[in-house]
Amino acid sequence: MKPAPFGYADPTSLDEALTLLTEDGAKVLAGGQSLLPLLSMRLASPATLVDINRIPGLDSVVVTPSGDGAGVRVGALVRHVELLHHAEAAQVQPLLARATSNVAHPAIRNRGTTVGSIAHADPSGEMTSVLALTGGSVTVATPAGSSAVGWADFFVGPLETSVHGPAVVTEAFFPALPPRTGTAFEEVSRRKGDYAVCGAGVTVTLDEDSRVTSARASYISVGLVPEVHDLTDAVVGQSVDSADWTAAGALARTLVDPDGDLHASADYRRLLVGVLTERTLARAAQEAQNR
Amino acid sequence: MTTKLMGEPVRRREDLRLITGRGRYTDDIGHGAAAAAFVRSPYAHARILGIDVDAALDVEGVIAIYTYEDLVGPMAEPLPVLIPHPQLTAPRTGFPLARDVVQHVGEAVVMVVATDRYVAEDVCDRITVSYEELPVVVGVDAARAAAHAVHEDVPDNVAARHHQETGDVEAALAASARTLSFTQYIERSACMPMEGKGVHAVWNHDDSSLRVHTSTQASTSVRAAIAAKLQLSLEKVEVIAPDVGGGFGVKIVHPWPEELLVPMAAIALGQPVHWAEDRREHFISSAHEREQRQEITVGYDDEGRVTALDVRAWHDNGAYTPYGIIVPIVTATQLVGPYAVPVYRVRIDSVYTNTVIVTPYRGAGRPQGCYAMERTMDRIAQDLGLDRAEVRRRNLIQPDQFPYDHHLTFQDGRPVIYDSGNYEGLLDKLVALVGWDRAEERRAEAASRGKQLGIGMAMYVEGTGPGPYEGGHVQVLGSGKVLVSTGLTSQGQGHETAFAQIVAHELGVPIEDVEVTTGDTRRFGYAVGTFASRAAVMSGNAIALAARGVRAKALRIAADVLEADVDDLEIDEGLVQVKGTPGASIPLRTVAVLSNPLRYAFDEAARQATQFAGPGDDSKPPVAVGDAPGLEHVDYYSPIRSTFASGAHAAVVEIDPTTWEIDVVDYAVVHDCGNIINPMIVEGQVHGGVAQGVGGALYERMAYDGDGQLQNASFMDFLMPYASEVPDVVIDHQETPSPLNPLGLKGAGEAGVIPGTACIASAIEDAVGRRIAAMPISPTELYDLVRNPDAERVPAAPTGVPA
Repeated sequence: MKPAPFGYADPTSLDEALTLLTEDGAKVLAGGQSLLPLLSMRLASPATLVDINRIPGLDSVVVTPSGDGAGVRVGALVRHVELLHHAEAAQVQPLLARATSNVAHPAIRNRGTTVGSIAHADPSGEMTSVLALTGGSVTVATPAGSSAVGWADFFVGPLETSVHGPAVVTEAFFPALPPRTGTAFEEVSRRKGDYAVCGAGVTVTLDEDSRVTSARASYISVGLVPEVHDLTDAVVGQSVDSADWTAAGALARTLVDPDGDLHASADYRRLLVGVLTERTLARAAQEAQNR
Repeated sequence: MTTKLMGEPVRRREDLRLITGRGRYTDDIGHGAAAAAFVRSPYAHARILGIDVDAALDVEGVIAIYTYEDLVGPMAEPLPVLIPHPQLTAPRTGFPLARDVVQHVGEAVVMVVATDRYVAEDVCDRITVSYEELPVVVGVDAARAAAHAVHEDVPDNVAARHHQETGDVEAALAASARTLSFTQYIERSACMPMEGKGVHAVWNHDDSSLRVHTSTQASTSVRAAIAAKLQLSLEKVEVIAPDVGGGFGVKIVHPWPEELLVPMAAIALGQPVHWAEDRREHFISSAHEREQRQEITVGYDDEGRVTALDVRAWHDNGAYTPYGIIVPIVTATQLVGPYAVPVYRVRIDSVYTNTVIVTPYRGAGRPQGCYAMERTMDRIAQDLGLDRAEVRRRNLIQPDQFPYDHHLTFQDGRPVIYDSGNYEGLLDKLVALVGWDRAEERRAEAASRGKQLGIGMAMYVEGTGPGPYEGGHVQVLGSGKVLVSTGLTSQGQGHETAFAQIVAHELGVPIEDVEVTTGDTRRFGYAVGTFASRAAVMSGNAIALAARGVRAKALRIAADVLEADVDDLEIDEGLVQVKGTPGASIPLRTVAVLSNPLRYAFDEAARQATQFAGPGDDSKPPVAVGDAPGLEHVDYYSPIRSTFASGAHAAVVEIDPTTWEIDVVDYAVVHDCGNIINPMIVEGQVHGGVAQGVGGALYERMAYDGDGQLQNASFMDFLMPYASEVPDVVIDHQETPSPLNPLGLKGAGEAGVIPGTACIASAIEDAVGRRIAAMPISPTELYDLVRNPDAERVPAAPTGVPA
């Protein structure tokens, strides 16, 4: 379990990094929590690792509480642990802390980057689903310049994004939670900190009379790419205290198309989608009343 | 007295070193050595057509490449069958490097030596082995069906048919008031020590000697194997087990191919060579355990007393049988546990599959046997509507029945005669400890929280401390330091502490003065090894006997010097003194100096000793006939047969009926390993065992696909429980000394793991009311079980209600 030979460069500017990335087989190294095991098992053999950790300006969390661009901008070098403990970010978009608390274990959260896990596009990753559920986007820097790419255009398949050629995902943007909206996030995993067998992140929006106007969910380890499922039809107009969350869970089960693997059958995942949907929607709705 | 340390929870003296990164493992030894890496078979069953190394030869840093063609003499022969048995009629072992056919994914085909491990793996990548794929056999049922043969010349795939019986079981079943039959499965798991295997070999050309450090449980036997296979004289080979990061059985197998190949390369190349097994290698080329299919028929009377037991089982031994049929024998003989079974027959076929070999993993066949017997007890209880605890109670061997002869032959070839025990005492303590009688109350309380609660129990008897022998050497130096060595090895059990306690206690010295060395053939040449919960029983008693020998000699010398009677002397805190006469004393260290008539005054101790040295008796030689210089003694302990430890576990599980997640909320253990040297170490052993029991019951399996590919060969997908998955364990001890050995000890190493699967299966079944017929079980499987309309429903039986 030793990596094949690879080159290593640690540029100190984005331009330099992008130049290095024009070489064949160059790959970005940020937190390394997914990439390095792949290297060690020789499942990936990049020619060069372009370590972006020395590039200034990629390590900040910028919180915009309201107005245009309200939300949280997370730089490419921000570690999961920072989001987990970022009180301002949690105010504006509570899903960030809720989801990152489910990302692996402390040692991995200390090194792994949130943007890196999004760029890795693993459908078992928490932050890919959170990006989708919040309607977020990423900023992709290429030699031609930087541009924002919405989540739906970014995720193409398991471990595959729409970004090709020399590029660095420099930032992820998670829009602020709308008013009268609550969130919840929950996973079932075989062991604490494992990849979820199934996870659910949800948002529920209420009107002034505490009636449901929107209920949306995104799942972890279900499907090939993150998806957002609108469950509003099952509960629209219902009062927060008497809404039929079970019906929403049942609806969710019909919308997903999970696969089976060593740890869970497709049927079991579908069961969990229903259970977790029901549980998380009820909690999110309660929270929405107070926002 | 401060030096009486037996039974005290002395803190483990090795821990500071081990937990602060100052352990010295094989991978810490010999920096700069050349590194070995292996090309291993990617196929479960294939014929090797050719090996092309041309592209590998220009990699900068390659030193040597070895294939079967490079093996000479005994190295070109199959690896040894360590433990032959008359019923092992078709033993098969591989070669150090595969000759013509590979029998499992991971079998070593080529060894590469290079300047470092990175380069060695680069070289491996450039070697092309061409194969012709052959049909693959995976799982006991496929092996038994024998549509294909693993070994061409073993068409039925049966390595051994193990058979023991204590009477006419068919007649006894026919005469039984009631009978029931069932079939169940148990899956594979593996030892998974934190440190994989590792070997470092240095050839000293000047004196033609070989020094090997290896992460083994049996250094003396590895030494003998290397000497034989590499055709070296035994005294030219030293084998040392340094700090070893866990063994749990896998490192008792020897010689592993790498333990021969790495020294072979070191000699051939004239330079040190090192190999450290990586985790993937450990998964696919070390050893697994546990897979069996069990068909059980039991006869019993209307009160639930067993009248006859007939067990037919198939044991998956993997591709080869280097360790013989120890595991199925242990299953067969330990299955009956604490119960009086009037007539018992067991037939186990040990069958070949194209998978990693199966050799002892902590418990070594006992978890499977316990699973068979304890699930049988549960079924009898359910059939009769009796409390499961009550049915067990009615079948227990009674305290006045010891020694109890089961009329079976154990793994060591000796009779299964239980030396001592108090099984009813265990059951009483367990019922109290877990609150068995409050089960229905707790079930109702859990139901009010939306949870399904279940409780289960399992009892076991564990044959521990088999022979043939271990030895101990104790030596007191002039500095007062007491050197202790034994040949068996340590893998983190706390031997340094426990053995030091024994010596400090027996000799009357401060424990701080005692230094323990294990598993180093330079210090002790005769040993068997660390397995079968035998270290405390075997080396503990040998060391105690050696310490007693030293004490006798010390008292003899001191009596002479102090002009006192030996019987009037005592040793405390390292001082030999005349009882009741303060001042009439001599330090033990001074006795040590006096024990050697050659006393150059190199140090203060020797100078001090001269004050005691009398003129000597000119009529006698300085060293008396039959005596020897030095204050040291070697002794051996060789038992007549194994001692039998015992215990009882109970688990309480809560199941979420929406997600079918299984939470072990309580786990209670009552444990009897005879006299206890150090209760803290025993409890640590129990905790670790329970963790592995929980792993085996709920998390761990070897997910082979039909092609013999291990789908979960990493810690990402092979789920060992984290601390967060292991319940808090409450422990109660019972001490029933063994009459067989001087210290009254029984082994404690494996006990914690044995009843885990049986006990947790019982609890889950109790919670969900569906029959559990295969373990381990995961939430996704439990979901399948409860929604399967054909799943057998378990009749309700009262728990905790005296019947």
